Amino acid sequence: MSDVVEKTLTALPSLLSLDSHPGSAKLSSTSKLGNLIRGITELTSKHEEEKLIQHELLAIKEQVSSPNTTMMKELMVRSIYCEMLGYEASFSYIHAIKLAQQGTVLEKRVGYLAVSLFLNESHELLLLLVNTVLKDLQSTNLIEVCMALTVVSQMFPKDMIPAILPLVEEKLNHPKEIIRRKAVLALYKFYLIAPNQVQHIHNKFRKALCDKDPGVMTASLHIYLQMIQENPDAYKDLTPSFVTILKQVVGGKLPMDFNYHTVPAPWLQIQLLRILALLGKNDQSTSEVMYEVLDESLRRAEMNHNITYAILYECVKCIYTIHPKSDLLEKAAKCIGNFVLSPKINLKYLGLKALTYVVQQDPKLALQHQMTIIECLDHPDLIIKRETLELLFRITNAQNVTVIVEKMLEFLCISEDDHTTIDLVGKVAELAEKYPLKYNEWFIETMNTVFSLGGDMMQPDIPNSFLKLLSEGFDSVEEDRKLKLFAVNSYVPLLRGEPGKLPQRFLQVISWVLGEYSHLREDLEPAEVLSLLAKLLDMKNSSSETKSWVLMAMTKLCKGGTDASVTQEVSETYSSSLDTVLRQRAHELQYLSQDPELRARVLPRGSCGNFAFVSEALAAGAAPYKPPHQRQEELDQSKALSLEPYGLSLPISMSSCSITDRQSPTLLSMSSGLSGDTLKLDGVKRVWGREGYLAQREPVEEAAQVEVPSPIQSPGRQGEGDSLHSQTPTQTPTPEPEQEKQQLASSLFVGLASQSSVSLMGKSEPTPQRFRRKAKGQGPGSSFNASEQISSSLISPPSAVDNLLCNNLLDSNNASELAEQTSQLSQRLTTANGTCHTEAELTEPDTKGCNPALRRDNCVVAADPGPHDDPGRLTEVCLDSYLPAELSGLSHSEIAPLCANQSLNLSACHVQKEDSLILVVFIINSSESAIQQMLPAGEMTSHSVAVGQYSLTVKRPAVHVEVVGTVSYQLPAGTSQSLQFSYKVPLTSFIRPFVVSTEEYGTMWLSFSHDTKQNLTLINDNQEPLTATLNALKKKLQLHVVEVIGMEGIVACRLLQDLPCLMHCRVNAGWLAVWLRSPVPDLPDCLIYHCQRALQSL
Amino acid sequence: ERKRHCSMRFMLLFSRQGKLRLQKWFTSMSDREKKKIIRDMTTMVLARQPRSCNFMQWKDLKIVYKRYASLYFCLGVESQENELLALEIIHRYVELLDKYFGNVCELDIIFNFEKAYFILDEFLMGGEVQETSKQIVNRSIEASDMLQEVRFTDMHAHTHKCT
Repeated sequence: MSDVVEKTLTALPSLLSLDSHPGSAKLSSTSKLGNLIRGITELTSKHEEEKLIQHELLAIKEQVSSPNTTMMKELMVRSIYCEMLGYEASFSYIHAIKLAQQGTVLEKRVGYLAVSLFLNESHELLLLLVNTVLKDLQSTNLIEVCMALTVVSQMFPKDMIPAILPLVEEKLNHPKEIIRRKAVLALYKFYLIAPNQVQHIHNKFRKALCDKDPGVMTASLHIYLQMIQENPDAYKDLTPSFVTILKQVVGGKLPMDFNYHTVPAPWLQIQLLRILALLGKNDQSTSEVMYEVLDESLRRAEMNHNITYAILYECVKCIYTIHPKSDLLEKAAKCIGNFVLSPKINLKYLGLKALTYVVQQDPKLALQHQMTIIECLDHPDLIIKRETLELLFRITNAQNVTVIVEKMLEFLCISEDDHTTIDLVGKVAELAEKYPLKYNEWFIETMNTVFSLGGDMMQPDIPNSFLKLLSEGFDSVEEDRKLKLFAVNSYVPLLRGEPGKLPQRFLQVISWVLGEYSHLREDLEPAEVLSLLAKLLDMKNSSSETKSWVLMAMTKLCKGGTDASVTQEVSETYSSSLDTVLRQRAHELQYLSQDPELRARVLPRGSCGNFAFVSEALAAGAAPYKPPHQRQEELDQSKALSLEPYGLSLPISMSSCSITDRQSPTLLSMSSGLSGDTLKLDGVKRVWGREGYLAQREPVEEAAQVEVPSPIQSPGRQGEGDSLHSQTPTQTPTPEPEQEKQQLASSLFVGLASQSSVSLMGKSEPTPQRFRRKAKGQGPGSSFNASEQISSSLISPPSAVDNLLCNNLLDSNNASELAEQTSQLSQRLTTANGTCHTEAELTEPDTKGCNPALRRDNCVVAADPGPHDDPGRLTEVCLDSYLPAELSGLSHSEIAPLCANQSLNLSACHVQKEDSLILVVFIINSSESAIQQMLPAGEMTSHSVAVGQYSLTVKRPAVHVEVVGTVSYQLPAGTSQSLQFSYKVPLTSFIRPFVVSTEEYGTMWLSFSHDTKQNLTLINDNQEPLTATLNALKKKLQLHVVEVIGMEGIVACRLLQDLPCLMHCRVNAGWLAVWLRSPVPDLPDCLIYHCQRALQSL
Repeated sequence: ERKRHCSMRFMLLFSRQGKLRLQKWFTSMSDREKKKIIRDMTTMVLARQPRSCNFMQWKDLKIVYKRYASLYFCLGVESQENELLALEIIHRYVELLDKYFGNVCELDIIFNFEKAYFILDEFLMGGEVQETSKQIVNRSIEASDMLQEVRFTDMHAHTHKCT
């Protein structure tokens, strides 16, 4: 189809003259409209066009008013054309109505069209159309009836609905289905614009729903969707019917006419899914009726067309809206994955939207797609970015709030759309106020940005609640003082700079804060503050509202004496102002500055929040203060007949912003507007918590199953995997007390957040401390007991368990057995650690003989590296001497014991070569007997040492890479035995310097898609801090410093063999702001962790 | 009172040069609002980079647009609407035009815009999808066309006789 339309039309005028085109062929060559259009396309300037159209309009005007014109239809089309070009042809409106009224069917159609294009619902001429519509509704000509119904559904004066309603109702019984369908849609329109007018005919709607024609039934669903939205409880009895209809549609029972690109009636399916979502919300028994058909919808959808994705999207939304069912949720989550991971940008967008919808119920999904989310944050298409921020906004917690707010502010700087700015500024303010306690300075700085960017467009409540928060302060006096002082400190330079550039609202906030708290800063003379404030009064663009705030602030600050001259001058200027408020303030300033005693009584220091006179008044019997929304509510309640159910949303949205305790209706409506539409969570039972599924009814295993396919673990998931691993070897997790689980989950979330990496999922200032202490104990050289291992696998969220299967110790004819073990082993690891996502590769430095390679799952195992066999007796465990000769000159890690049984002792170390990392495994036969089948060459004598070396590479980075292997052997008795071991290597061992030029670095930087940013501590010894820090990193992590320019440095390294990672460092406010980029997912995050550690350990 | 809305607010067709070819408003709007929307839509859509997604945010609405040859089809829907579905509405409209005109191109719509409106009215009604079947829409448009032509010739013959 699209190839048909994909005919480009480059030379319009030339084609017009050719007349061979099918489109133009239909056009009469003498047509006046044709001439007009042609005339216009030949024009070159707007001015000429205007002249031509005015001329045309005059001609039309003249002709339409002549009594017996036969050209009416064409004249009307020409008027429509002129109006479309933006020229008013209001003289023709009345003629359009006349044409609809008196013309032939031919003319009527154009007349109705012209009316619908020229007039809108409230146009007074429309009343003249009522009679025409009445007449046509009663016509025996079907086409006239259709035209009347069409125009009615487009525009009809609200008050005249009763006049035609009986006729439209009657049409519901019309034998022709097209008439019935149009009548239903006309009623739908009435329902939208005047619901009360059609209240009495609800039973007719039900009849339409039961119509034998599927088209009429479909049309009636528009009405039902609206009605159910407003009152779902009244329509629960229809659920089985809707389910049956959907089942039939999905099953392909409708006539072919309803298909759209082989998909059966997609619009109908979607409509039904939306209705089911509304009906099943918060209603378990109703939801249960629909599980089956939802499952079928998901199953039947073949991924071949956009429309299928449109259906799937609605299906997923429905599944997440109704009472949850675990296997459906699992399928829906998988479905979201298909969207999010799609290379098609439209689908990705919809995937983000779906994630945003479900993420508060199921944060695990966000974790699963964290990499995609991060990519989308940097997407050049702003709407993708915007939707990603929306998603992040919904997963914000105390740990990741700083990063998310930073991203939002970045977006605000580039956004040009006012609507977006207002919305985002509101969200940033909401987040900043939610978590102000921990980050005083951050809070003030963020709010400063909010005020500067949001300008005067933002919701007025934002500055109000900010000031309220500031004045109420915190419990700790010291913290309180610090916060206020910080605010003062940040405002003074702003006023010294260019206050003219600041928005009025911000200036008002600044004035108030300086008036209240500038005394906290001891080195700041009130006189200076006064003169800074006075400067604001002189600015041209200061509004009188701002001036009034400034005068109030000055009143609080003036003490007479030295400041007198400034205040005197100001109060004199404004006491004759035309603005009464300013005049009042000026007089206040004048009197209070002269009477310190009165001032102290009227404006006691720290007065706000401590209104003595309020309690006095209350004691005297005054009515207590009621916040505006409460007053509004009472007002609403007192109104009789207020039957609107959505009045209830007020208390709900209040609870959602209870933290900031904002006290204004405007804000409440804003925040409910922000969260209400896309995320219908009000009153939803909490089914998903931070730690996963909360429902008690469902067995825990089911939840665990749901999560198995997830590539990246969620914290809750790891919690389960962990308890499973450490407590029982079997797969049945023991139910733990809820609280303990929650504790574990939340600590995991924090741990995951700060260590891993994925900065967005939480990178916090307070938490790193905790994790750093924990991390100290688990260097690569430490022992390998079970718990250590677990915690290490928890550190790296893409839990890196590199399966290394040492089959070199096996005879080649045991290969099948090995395969068996491999699968068993990897299976066990999969269930224990919850992932087999990591790929491991074992390459061999020496290639002697054949290498039976086994591929299973993701593990690539190459065998037979040709180990050294040293038959010498083992007297002392001095394994150093057993290191292969070519490695002995290189530095190696401490040789650490891995594991042992009665017959074997395993130890290992790793050696860093320039271009590889070698794992050396020492196998010691500690038994008195020889061991057979160990090597292809033969057996291993008693007390001998065999040495194997393996070159390791990392396929998917993690903070620590874990190598897991099995040694299989046969004892003389003939029994096969195996011994498993694991060995951990920090990622740093795989890092090598990467020598590039600055230019190369620049090109690469732009092409890498995975990145992370973090602030690191600077080293402050005698050297210049940037150089000192970079040198330390270079020494510890083998990085290559490409160039240092001023306060910036660029550094490059590679992960063996050649996976680059670039690092950009900048000294900023006492921190080293580091930005890492790499083409490899996770690498920047893992590396930043090691940088952090490297700098701490100094 | 909460405002109820149909899912679609407007549909605009304009050329690559930003010339409006068709406008359909599904809710009541003032001329000023209409003018602003037309201006904003043409500038925003024409400024889009290739390979961006087909959706945009405009005030509280979602804008779904697609280019077919030299024409842009632009649909304004409620922001909680399904964007992919809106994209398919545009596509089906193009298919309907194509079925009617046969190899439709911009010229067909320029010179026969009233026909394009009739087809749209048959496909969408009151801001909702009314009929999705190509055959049925085409049949009813042709039925009206035929009736008109018959009446037209009748009337023509009649007036001819009189004169």
